[in-house]
Amino acid sequence: MSALHIAIIVPFLLALIVPLLYNKIPKVHTGWFVLILPTILFAYLISFIPTLSAGEVVVRKLAWVPSLGINFDIHLDGLSLLFGLLITGIGALVVLYSIFYLTKKGEALHNFYFYLLMFMGAMLGVVLSGNLMVMYVFWELTSLSSSLLIGYWHHREKSRYGAQKSMLITVTGGFAMLAGFALLYVMTGTFTITEIITQADVVAASNLFIPAMLLILMGAFTKSAQFPFHIWLPDAMEAPTPVSAYLHSATMVKMGIYLVARLSPVFSGAPEWFWIVSGVGLFTLLWGSFNAVRQTDLKSILAYSTISQLGMLMSMLGVGSAAAYYGYEAGYTAATVAAIFHLINHSTFKGSLFMVAGIIDHETGTRDIRKLGGLMTFMPITFTISIIGAFSMAGIYPFNGFLSKEMFLDTMLNATEIADFNMQTFGILFPVVAWVASVFTFIYCMILVFKPFTGKYQPEKLDKKPHEAPIGMLIPPIILASLVVLFGFFPNILSDSIIEPAVQAIYPASLTGVENFDIHISAWHGIDYSPLHMTIGIIIIGTLMYLTLSKWQKVYQYLRLHQKDPVNYVYDFLLEKLVVVAAKITNIQITGLLRDYFVYMYVFLLGLTFYTMYRFDAFAIDTTNVAPIPLYVWFVVAVVAAAVIAVPFINNRVVAIISVGFVGFLVSLFYVLFRAPDLALTQLLVETVTTALFLLCFYHLPELRKENFKPSFKWVNVIISVGVGALVTVMALSALSFGNKKPFESISQYYIDNAHDLGGGDNIVNVILVDFRGLDTMLEILVLGIAALGVVTLIKLRMSGKEDV
Amino acid sequence: MFKMKNNLSLHTITQIAVFIVLSFSFYLLFAGHSNPGGGFIGALMAASAIVLLYISFDLKTIKKVLPFYYPYFIGTGLLIAMGTGVSSTLFGYPFLTQFFDYVKLPILGETELTTALVFDIGVYLVVIGVALLIITTIAEDEA
Repeated sequence: MSALHIAIIVPFLLALIVPLLYNKIPKVHTGWFVLILPTILFAYLISFIPTLSAGEVVVRKLAWVPSLGINFDIHLDGLSLLFGLLITGIGALVVLYSIFYLTKKGEALHNFYFYLLMFMGAMLGVVLSGNLMVMYVFWELTSLSSSLLIGYWHHREKSRYGAQKSMLITVTGGFAMLAGFALLYVMTGTFTITEIITQADVVAASNLFIPAMLLILMGAFTKSAQFPFHIWLPDAMEAPTPVSAYLHSATMVKMGIYLVARLSPVFSGAPEWFWIVSGVGLFTLLWGSFNAVRQTDLKSILAYSTISQLGMLMSMLGVGSAAAYYGYEAGYTAATVAAIFHLINHSTFKGSLFMVAGIIDHETGTRDIRKLGGLMTFMPITFTISIIGAFSMAGIYPFNGFLSKEMFLDTMLNATEIADFNMQTFGILFPVVAWVASVFTFIYCMILVFKPFTGKYQPEKLDKKPHEAPIGMLIPPIILASLVVLFGFFPNILSDSIIEPAVQAIYPASLTGVENFDIHISAWHGIDYSPLHMTIGIIIIGTLMYLTLSKWQKVYQYLRLHQKDPVNYVYDFLLEKLVVVAAKITNIQITGLLRDYFVYMYVFLLGLTFYTMYRFDAFAIDTTNVAPIPLYVWFVVAVVAAAVIAVPFINNRVVAIISVGFVGFLVSLFYVLFRAPDLALTQLLVETVTTALFLLCFYHLPELRKENFKPSFKWVNVIISVGVGALVTVMALSALSFGNKKPFESISQYYIDNAHDLGGGDNIVNVILVDFRGLDTMLEILVLGIAALGVVTLIKLRMSGKEDV
Repeated sequence: MFKMKNNLSLHTITQIAVFIVLSFSFYLLFAGHSNPGGGFIGALMAASAIVLLYISFDLKTIKKVLPFYYPYFIGTGLLIAMGTGVSSTLFGYPFLTQFFDYVKLPILGETELTTALVFDIGVYLVVIGVALLIITTIAEDEA
């Protein structure tokens, strides 16, 4: 176990101590203890930068279930490190923010930090795992802990709804992903990611390529809130704001992006991968940004904005996968570089914007933009952070979002030049969709800044008198906003240390032969640079549309989008109908009537057996080995048959018992005829005793039911019972004739030969019962004893309803 | 069970018949190894003798005459049957190995003695206990 293993496990260990700290040291906010851990982990991960930027990969192995190929291996490359730094870095800031956001009084802090640490450990596990199965385990842990965090205020109904929704959707995707991993294992025989990548050509040639790809993408799309699985993210906004900032903007929702990037070397180059990843991404981008504009709740705007930005990242990765097809020239790999760069940028500005929304909520008591306004003078620092974050997201110079937005537009323009994958026909959609979505992005960014902070101050609508947030709540967004500015002015401080190793992880040198991608991000490309013209267009059109917002916003009502996302209707309908239909099926099937269950069992038995016999042609009748039947046997058979047929038509219970007893005595007569004296004796005695028992029981039947017995006649029952009788007869006849064809030597000769010498007795039946097969007898008398005690218990221990167990 | 009056002939015949049936039951038990019979049949025979007693007399009277607690029969019988199995393991043989030998006894002459008989006696006790326990429990039940 290496230090990196410990780094994954330590959050879980600390989570175990958190309740103790919360109870034993109530004076100090528990968050301060928690804060130490992500800070240390962040510093520790930073120390790997020199190693990784030199092109090396850190691998640590630890056997877990080696026989199944499941090992807790750690694979730390540029991509993992980038995510690890995001998780620990933003994790530390979020913990600091939460210390001031959640008060010591009235909040279950031990629960909050327990879930948060569990989430942090699981996230680190996902990004550092070198083994798909271990990754899946941590992946599901993030789903679980994220649901717990969304439902943190579990007394609210909406929180529970959101937690359930996110759980159902992400776990469904996670399960599909598990199936995809299993298919990868079938193709390659390993769960280790690096080994799968080296066998990428095997995977590409396999029939299972498309199913595995679809299943894995299902996991990625549900986790990363891609259309149509995005609906859980807006409902997850019921979580405390630090959680939204951490999980639903910076880290967990990027797991799908991570998965797509991580497995890109395996799948990229295929047109299906290219089209699904970039197509779904682009549609999500458009859908998210279009829907964000109509929201009135700050966090809902941010949720849809996150959906949109995730779609943008996904589409860039999709376009980047074309590089595998065209030999990794800089023109094609630029899309992936843009994706990595924007991923960093998005985490910085979106994290800060969520924190700003939390501050506004905390200081005014509402997040509704219709109630807010004119907060600029009360919260100047928050306003500044908000401007930086929102302008960066809108793609305005000089913030980092401007650079990545330009790179994104450039990518989409380049995509039109791809000559394959039907891009000649549909390629033009890429830049058009990107541009339209960017216009909407610009509009909601403006709403985000100007609606709450400018305009008219409406104190009568607010619960509290607004004032600037405490410094502890401001430090984390200030740090993030300064990073936004820093990366905006000096984009290349990250390119060698972080971005280049990450790109190398997506385009591994073993496949591409490219050692150095030589990444350089520049802010100014000259006046003829077409993305710049697009950006200027976005700003002009976006400003015009923002200013005329009230005039054209009715369009959402025409499109019936004004209430909730239409996909939600599908989800709610399915969830509701699932319960209703399941209840209906259960009610049809589980009637509570034993007679129905008997019908099921017999029908199933009949169908299965007859089909099996038909399928293997097992019907046969063979009379060669049949003994002659004397006349008296015919006679006894006729009498037995008559007695048996009479039973269902008898109206009196006592007569029915006597009739059954009669059949029993005739059976003992059969034993006599077929020379089985022991059996005949036993049958006689048992029949006597059971008849006496039956009569005793009927003596005790309640008056009401007495003599009220009328056997009803049902054709279904007749058919089934005749069928079962025929089945048994046919099986017996066939078994006999097949036994004749291939006779087995009976073991009874051994008993006949040895009963006297070995068992010391001449009654072979008895010798078998007590000597050769004595164990059976011993257990049978045990059964009898248990039955007797059962009867006594049922009759003697009569409990009233309450005492009954 | 209901009580009938003036059943002198039934009572007299029962008293004689029960002894004959019980004797036959013991015969079945001891002869079982070499002739039709055995513990199970013998026990059922004995049980039907006692059931006959219950039918002709009432429950209270029989309880005075036969003051047995039938669960002990079941327990003892099971212990005996398992004891024969365990005892063979004490001598290093597999569970439930039976032994027999021919011995000269004073009155009976040359007689075969076998551990299987002990096992059969265990079966006998269990089956008697079970049959009578079930019948008396249901018959005594007043509810």
